[in-house]
Amino acid sequence: MTMPTGHSQAANALTPPGTGGRSASSGVTPSPETRTQSHVLLRVDGLRKRFSVRTGLYSKAYVSAVDNVSFTVEAGTTLGIVGETGCGKSTTARLILGLIEPDAGTVAFEGVDVQTLTGLRRRTLRRNMQMIFQDPYSALNPRMSIGESIAFPLRVHGYSKAEQRERMEILLHQVGLHRHHASYYPHQMSGGQRQRVNIARALALEPRLVIADEAVSALDKSVQAQVLNLLTDLQERLQLTYIFISHDLNVVQYMSDRVLVMYLGQIVEHCTPEALYAAPLHPYTQVLLASIPDVNPDQPPAAPLEGELPSPLSPPSGCRFRTRCAAAMPICAAERPPMIQERPGHFVMCHLYGPSAPAGRGEGCIPIPHN
Amino acid sequence: MITMVQLPAAVPSTADTGAVAPRSYLAEVRTRFWHNRAGMIAVSALVLLAMAALVAPLLSPYDPLIGNATRRLLPIGSTGHLLGTDEQGRDMLTRLLYGGRLSLLTGMLPVIVSTVIGTVIGSTAGYLSGPIGAVLMRTMDMLYAFPAIMLAIAISASLGPGVTNSVLAISMVFIAPISRVAEAATRRVIVLEYIEAARLSGASTACILRSQVLPNIFNPIFVYASSLIGLSIVIASGLSFLGMGARPPVPEWGFMLNSLRGTIYVQPWVAALPGFLIFATSMSCNMMSDALRDALDIKDA
Repeated sequence: MTMPTGHSQAANALTPPGTGGRSASSGVTPSPETRTQSHVLLRVDGLRKRFSVRTGLYSKAYVSAVDNVSFTVEAGTTLGIVGETGCGKSTTARLILGLIEPDAGTVAFEGVDVQTLTGLRRRTLRRNMQMIFQDPYSALNPRMSIGESIAFPLRVHGYSKAEQRERMEILLHQVGLHRHHASYYPHQMSGGQRQRVNIARALALEPRLVIADEAVSALDKSVQAQVLNLLTDLQERLQLTYIFISHDLNVVQYMSDRVLVMYLGQIVEHCTPEALYAAPLHPYTQVLLASIPDVNPDQPPAAPLEGELPSPLSPPSGCRFRTRCAAAMPICAAERPPMIQERPGHFVMCHLYGPSAPAGRGEGCIPIPHN
Repeated sequence: MITMVQLPAAVPSTADTGAVAPRSYLAEVRTRFWHNRAGMIAVSALVLLAMAALVAPLLSPYDPLIGNATRRLLPIGSTGHLLGTDEQGRDMLTRLLYGGRLSLLTGMLPVIVSTVIGTVIGSTAGYLSGPIGAVLMRTMDMLYAFPAIMLAIAISASLGPGVTNSVLAISMVFIAPISRVAEAATRRVIVLEYIEAARLSGASTACILRSQVLPNIFNPIFVYASSLIGLSIVIASGLSFLGMGARPPVPEWGFMLNSLRGTIYVQPWVAALPGFLIFATSMSCNMMSDALRDALDIKDA
């Protein structure tokens, strides 16, 4: 595998060892060899993006939307990304897909740096990465029939009319729609049906990586479950790799093999969903988990996270979470914590852990409410 | 060509099987337009005028250019001259029918030309939105700064008199407002997720503009352009009234209005006829445009 030099140190430190839980149990086609070989499909390294904001006639400020984000995704697995609104989840997705250009950092698909490619080679590589969009209403062209929408990527890539038609009908069937739906228009379908169309279109070019950006957030709970089951089913059938972005922790836990927790454009914790639920390390993750409403009415509601999300125009110095963190120490304002591996496969960016950890580590942290 | 892998099918289906294909968007728009009474009256009036102008030689036995000096300025309802005669003794009905050819042409043609050019400029400016877009739109703003009729007169005067030049002048006047409508509509559309989806599929900018943006900005442009037809006829008539459009003796409503001006105290009703037709045509165009807007405006949910 060709690796971009320079950033490799940090990236290697982040490579999650071994494949996580669920995908190993999928009993379909790929041979056990390919499963056990951890095959890195996507490597994101030191990704940064700032957006300029006009604050006056001549003055500009910069919003740091994504700051030094690095991770890898192994083929056939699902990486979940969670975080509050505005933490840079969607920007990360768009940077990976090349919908916006990063200020720094690399995105390597199958070891090939996407940014170094141009023209046809870039286009060929790009068809391997597709996206399922958040809003099932604005993600479909209202003047195109469902069939035309699904066949559009095929048209762009020069398939014949007959091939387009054949493939479109297979795709409709795969996502659980009838082939009569091809002549429907988006305004004649329900939200769940539209999201199925959305998925069918994303799969049209047989991508290997599918990024689902809040793919079920706009749907009813019951429809959410249907769509999530469809996604896991398709993953097994087509050996897809997912990056699943959501603000809903339960959904991410259900879908993912590895989870990234993001806060203000940075990854603060990276581990398996089981570890995230059982023993979250970062104070932010702990608060996030505690905020999930409990089904037991006698359980007192969790202490809410104090303060507003700081303005990304001027993020706090050092650790970005320190302004809202119950365990903040003097070092948090002075130094940005490094990403360290606290437990095997469990990474965290917090001064409570690693070499700078205080004697009574974790003291003052909100107690973990789970089990 | 890339070979397509036959995908395994069968996923538990929630689809209501045996679903009947619903009516297409255009079929729905057509029905809605048919049921709009004002719109249908306007369209009928326009079609009638256009047809009459087209078959003018069949409807009238007179020559529009040759008059009879002994039968000048006859009133409406005279025997042999249903709508009277003008100051040179030419049959008014004949001249109005023949005049409709030029007047309708100078009404439609500039709108068609400027819609095509304005849509290309506006959608490009809206999609690119960088320095290119800014230069394009500021140029349009400069054209926009002049009142429409003044700009038409200025351009027409510099190009010289004649029908072709007046059509060109009016087209240039309309490019600015149409490109602005197109630009605003494009900006609304390009932030939507289906444009991102099209970009992900590898489509080129031209392809996205044509297949994704254009169908979605067409409605506001179409409605706006159809409302300009009436204005276009009025401006064209104004130009020929001022001697910058059609040259005599070719009949044209605007110029006829001008030449009959002197006879307003002798035969006011005859003198007002070209003006009435200009009014009726532009009114019909506006009514048609209103009806179109109502018909096209199908809510997406």
